[in-house]
Amino acid sequence: MGGGHGSSVDRLHLAGDTIIHRLAPHVKIVATFAFVISVAISPRQRVEVFAVAFACVLTLIMVARIPLRVWLARCAVILPFMTMAVLVPFVGGGEQTEVLGVSLSTDGLWAAFNIAAKALIGASASIVLAATTPVTGLLEGFARLRVPRVLISIVAFMIRYLDLLVAQLGRMRTAMVARAHDPRWLWQAKPIASSAGALFVRSYERGERVHQAMLARGYTGVMPDLVEQSRPRSDWWAAIVVPAPVVAVLVLRLL
Amino acid sequence: MFDTPAIVAMHAPDGFLEPGVAVVTAVIAVVVTAIGLRRATDELGDRQVPLAGLAAAFIFAAQMFNFPVAAGTTGHLLGGALAAILLGPWVGSLIVTVVVVVQAVLFADGGLTALGYNTINMSIVTAFGGWAAFRLLRRVMPANSAGVVGATALAAGISVVLSSAAFSIEWLFGASAPVAFDTVFGAMVGVHALIGIGEGLISALVIAAVLAARPDLVAGAADLDLADLSRPARVGTRTFVIGAFLSTIVVAAVVSQFAVDNPDGLEKVAEDEGFISSARDHALDSSIFADYATSGVDNATVSLAVAGVAGVLITLAVGYGLLGASRLGRRTQGA
Amino acid sequence: MSCAPLSVDGLCFTYPGEHHRALDGFGLQVAAGERVAVLGPNGSGKTTFVMHLNGLHQLQRGAITIGDLEMCDDNLAEIRRRVGAVFQDADDQLFMPSVRADVAFGPANLGVPKAERDAIVERALTQVGAMDLIDRTPHHLSGGEKRRVAIATVLAMDPHMLVLDEPTSGLDPFGRRELADLLVSLPQTQLVVTHDLPFALQICPRSVVVSGGRVVADGPTAEVLADTALLEENRLELPYGFDPSRV
Repeated sequence: MGGGHGSSVDRLHLAGDTIIHRLAPHVKIVATFAFVISVAISPRQRVEVFAVAFACVLTLIMVARIPLRVWLARCAVILPFMTMAVLVPFVGGGEQTEVLGVSLSTDGLWAAFNIAAKALIGASASIVLAATTPVTGLLEGFARLRVPRVLISIVAFMIRYLDLLVAQLGRMRTAMVARAHDPRWLWQAKPIASSAGALFVRSYERGERVHQAMLARGYTGVMPDLVEQSRPRSDWWAAIVVPAPVVAVLVLRLL
Repeated sequence: MFDTPAIVAMHAPDGFLEPGVAVVTAVIAVVVTAIGLRRATDELGDRQVPLAGLAAAFIFAAQMFNFPVAAGTTGHLLGGALAAILLGPWVGSLIVTVVVVVQAVLFADGGLTALGYNTINMSIVTAFGGWAAFRLLRRVMPANSAGVVGATALAAGISVVLSSAAFSIEWLFGASAPVAFDTVFGAMVGVHALIGIGEGLISALVIAAVLAARPDLVAGAADLDLADLSRPARVGTRTFVIGAFLSTIVVAAVVSQFAVDNPDGLEKVAEDEGFISSARDHALDSSIFADYATSGVDNATVSLAVAGVAGVLITLAVGYGLLGASRLGRRTQGA
Repeated sequence: MSCAPLSVDGLCFTYPGEHHRALDGFGLQVAAGERVAVLGPNGSGKTTFVMHLNGLHQLQRGAITIGDLEMCDDNLAEIRRRVGAVFQDADDQLFMPSVRADVAFGPANLGVPKAERDAIVERALTQVGAMDLIDRTPHHLSGGEKRRVAIATVLAMDPHMLVLDEPTSGLDPFGRRELADLLVSLPQTQLVVTHDLPFALQICPRSVVVSGGRVVADGPTAEVLADTALLEENRLELPYGFDPSRV
């Protein structure tokens, strides 16, 4: 399978028993958002803020024992934007600087730094969240944060059946390859698209069967609570500690 | 769609647009999603969770699946217009939003603070804009499966272009790099017009396959007789690709004329309509536009006019899609 | 009480938009605690019948009584609790993110308080020998494990009767044997819809053959399977070399 999301959703979570793994999911979600937002609103010239933020993320990765190659591999999703960021100084207008004999836009260099830094730090924070929290934990966390239960249930069903559908699509493609179908041009894409159409029909019909299975077990349109009461612990300190260094450095200059 | 920088309108990372734009788009996205959730509940009833969940899994899986573009390079589907034509724009937009959010939270694909504009560009504009284009095209196309498939092809292609135009307009308000609006607009719309060919073709083929198997599952064909729909549509794939490519070149040429090289055309329209002076005043006074997006532009008035026209078009399209959505029959959901 | 008799009389059903009757005077009496195999070719009306037992199809003509409860809209919720339907594809039945949540889904819909739910979940999983799977994700289970958990999801609702649609499909021989042992150990009245004739013989003393939307044969499984003319007429076939009189 090519594409941006080669791995299964479940393999995102790396089992572990570090302090970050043990944090309550809803606290981790709030901490991640607070951290990413504080980075995103930082002015680009505040290099020290990005340095501190990057150090924070690296610390989290170390503490959570996320292998560096896993982190780097998952950062690959921001590569297209990194490529674009690299181009900005060449196409950017305004004041120019000479670097190794090439005229670059000063403003463009700052913009490139801004995009690259924020994208890298933001993506890394999301990676820490997903790598240290099982998907069910994330769903519970969002439920605790008052995200509508219907929406969470839809996400849960999507994740539940995603691998199944990908496997079906994979089998269809295997069947095509087995009959020597090796498309190289857009107008040869018809068999693939048709199998995607067949997959939609199968998905929809499975949805209908799942609905019947739900009815058979007394479903009345309201999903039972997904939140497990077994974890009443709230580690709210983490939601303050994680973004605190960034916010502190950010505010320091203003005082 | 291509695994190249061409995908900048999609899955943008944190900090790609200025915080103000992120906040405003996030508010809009939350409001539309909340309404969409309620509408989806009305349309699907207690089948909402399993059907929307499975449909979202389908869109997610379809985005993971590569199809050939040229000489071994591949692209993948975005699926907003396809989802809207299959399930109606409310449910369609809702499930693509679910996919976008999950990709950001689980796969770090798209920034958490960029969720507002990513949701608008990738799900709301593609679903409602695509739906609007589809409904309009259906009026001029024959009322049979070929008409539905043809309208899908064009509407899905247009939805990608609308999405890129929406991104360009957000850039006007929240540019984070010294690249002028007209450069971004020209490049984005040009590149996405090409991407739109693939999106249109694949969406149309998917719809054709669904029409052949279960025509009752295509919300966009709910007004047609099922017996007529199950007859296969004849789509000359190669002809379509070549035709779409040629018309894209024409469109791209026209767009670039307006946006970059020769501003006279639009300026003349603006003068005739008598809004050029107000546009100019607006451009000079206003601080709501990102400095970057307007500085270094040869003719700020024209690029603002382009942005204005594009903005109005997107708003009209999405608005028309919303309007059409509220009148959508429920036949497909009743089976 | 954990088992109830089933009485089905004169069931007729036509799918919307079709003229052909999927069920055409279907009748069946099953005593409490009995295990009956429902055999028949594809399209004979077996699945349509199964859907009726759960109220998933609106009753068009005829009557269904489970225990002392007659099938009607007012009794629908209680009927669905009493009849545990195990679907052919376990992936349709296991839709929640964890085995625990899945088994708890039915009791939660019945309004069982959280505290009692955990005990019910554990009892149901223990009954099917799947307590070790409680924190697993359903789509990571093997075919046999999925089947057992699917049965646990309906046992958690304390049903009086189980209806199993092709329970052996997708199981390896070992999983199939485990399933047979499990079903024989359960006290509920059971209807086992299957193409797997040796399996029917193994666990069901009685079999009915369904064709054209009605029951065309009813008797001890060994006798039904020995009637080669009947089997051939209804596109049922024993595995090569299998002799029902010598098992």
